Amino acid sequence: MNFLTNLISGLSLGSVYAIIALGYTMVYGISKMLNFAHGDIIMIGGYMSFIMSMYVGMNGWLALLVAIVICTILGITIERLAYRPLRGTGSLAVLITAIGVSYFLQNIALLIWGANPKMFTSLFKGMSPIHAAGGKLTITPESIFTILANIVIMLCLTLFVSKTKAGKAMRAVSEDNGAAQLMGINVNQSISLTFAIGSGLAAVAGVLMCSAYPVLIPTTGAMPGIKAFTAAVFGGIGSIPGAMIGGLILGIIEIFSRAYISTELADAIVFGCLILVLLVRPTGLLGKKVHEKV
Amino acid sequence: MAERILKSVSVRALKGAKRGGQYRKEAMIAYGILIAGYILLQLGAATGIIGRNLQGQFVPICVYMALAISLNLVVGISGELSLGHAGFMAAGAFTGVVVTRVLEKSLSFAPARLIIALIAAALVAALAGFIIGIPILGLRGDYLAIVTLAFGEIIRNFMNVIYFGLNEKGHLVFSFNHAIDGIEDANRVITGPIGATGTTQIATFTGAMLLTAFTLFVVLNIKNSKQGRAIMAIRDNRIAGESIGLDVKKYKLMAFVVSAALAGMAGCMFGQNYSTLAPVKFNFNTSVLILVFVVLGGIGNIWGSMIAAALLTILPEALRQFSDYRMLTYAVVLIVVMICTYNPAIKARIGAVWSKINPFRKRSKDNSGSSGKKGKEAA
Repeated sequence: MNFLTNLISGLSLGSVYAIIALGYTMVYGISKMLNFAHGDIIMIGGYMSFIMSMYVGMNGWLALLVAIVICTILGITIERLAYRPLRGTGSLAVLITAIGVSYFLQNIALLIWGANPKMFTSLFKGMSPIHAAGGKLTITPESIFTILANIVIMLCLTLFVSKTKAGKAMRAVSEDNGAAQLMGINVNQSISLTFAIGSGLAAVAGVLMCSAYPVLIPTTGAMPGIKAFTAAVFGGIGSIPGAMIGGLILGIIEIFSRAYISTELADAIVFGCLILVLLVRPTGLLGKKVHEKV
Repeated sequence: MAERILKSVSVRALKGAKRGGQYRKEAMIAYGILIAGYILLQLGAATGIIGRNLQGQFVPICVYMALAISLNLVVGISGELSLGHAGFMAAGAFTGVVVTRVLEKSLSFAPARLIIALIAAALVAALAGFIIGIPILGLRGDYLAIVTLAFGEIIRNFMNVIYFGLNEKGHLVFSFNHAIDGIEDANRVITGPIGATGTTQIATFTGAMLLTAFTLFVVLNIKNSKQGRAIMAIRDNRIAGESIGLDVKKYKLMAFVVSAALAGMAGCMFGQNYSTLAPVKFNFNTSVLILVFVVLGGIGNIWGSMIAAALLTILPEALRQFSDYRMLTYAVVLIVVMICTYNPAIKARIGAVWSKINPFRKRSKDNSGSSGKKGKEAA
């Protein structure tokens, strides 16, 4: 039963990583940049939801909606102000700018909300955990909803990207920016839309993560951000199912190494697995192999 | 025909001479900054202009300069993005601490201990760089960046579970993943997440400055050697480099290992500057900080990264009175500087304004540009 409990908490943590990784992977796919500020948008999402439910007195679900809207606007603004002026100037310049944005968000949060941890109230506070197998196995509502949310988001995104016009435009831009523009696709709009979706998902991930691990500080998003980035690379960056598989595997590895090997070494094991995967498949599990043209 | 060949040869020779001149200029500026900085800071400290707080930053300034120079070898000269430089720094720092603690009784002359520790730190960090470098050199661009990030985190994570102590006989005891029993607190050398404790601080400003000069010497010489030119050729066009017979893996590995060894030495000096040092100090943020020095100073520009390292280490101290807004300002400055230096439109506008107000502008710039074009046509 211990094994099953660990598996479920692994899946739940992995689902959070997967939702964050989806944002990473879509942004990378379309603009070929590592958006290091993504983790901090999670943190902003968490704080927004916290503020809305604690001080404004909103219902948890309504607060989540507000957090999604705010993070979406934030994502579009960041792209417009910080990343768009640097489009096409090489990945290093944009990477450093993204790090600058990440510092900016963390320090804004530090100024507004202070360094003291805020205790986040779970979105699923009223619900009682499910007991199975004679009380040996406990499944928290947080786990169930996180895993469900992950599946729903993943299905919706896949449908969106493959069926709708905007989704097809996004795919075209990520395939070939210039050709897409010649075909009459509004590249700026597509990229803004990607950032909007990614940031909205980050808000969802933030609220789900803070429901399960309720301590909220300005650096809350940093480590999950890095792990989710790892998950995106693990699954093959740029691929939507890859992000989900990568996230789930990473979450399970992390929980299992915490439970059975060593708490301190869990992160080292997670990163070690990433390196092993990249050695065998240099573009991740589901990544496309890119042939180089001379 | 003969004339054309002659012309192209002369242009090439001229270019070669120019490159040599550029190297000398770069080296002179870099060493000049170092010497002038040393004299100014020593004078400032002696006359009391520079306060105690800032004097405490002297060794870290030198260490960060050395780290920026060594990372520039990978990011600027070899053209690979590395996000795990703090990992090598950590490896060097903790190796240095163990070595100096072991030698403390038998070797009382501190500089000798420091030099042995530096060599050991360089070896350990180089070994780590070698082990990490071999598998990752097949990867490209962002994948390489994420793997260096992962390795940096792994090294730091391992520091959290490593325990070193000295037993009654003064021998070194090692333990993995659990604390060592039966040792007095004073005899603990490295204690997992608490890190190094009870280190005798033997790092001095002069020593740190000499280390920076050594790092500078190594990197500038590599940059101006046959190997350095090969590394830069691979950076500019890997396929072209490969097709003229350059061993891409060998040269990339060389840059990576040398950079790791130099970072290890800088880390060792850093470790000797504090009596206690926790592994947390070497997290992802430190790697990013060093990368910021390199990018702000101008990628590949060695003296630029030295100045950026010095200024950005002093800046937080100088901004103490704005403590709350300090990091926020830092973030905004970082974003604005990146946009101003890399956005083509803004860069051109700044360039136009600068050429109007620049008192040292060269009037012969147009001539050299057109002769360069002719040279290309001739070739």
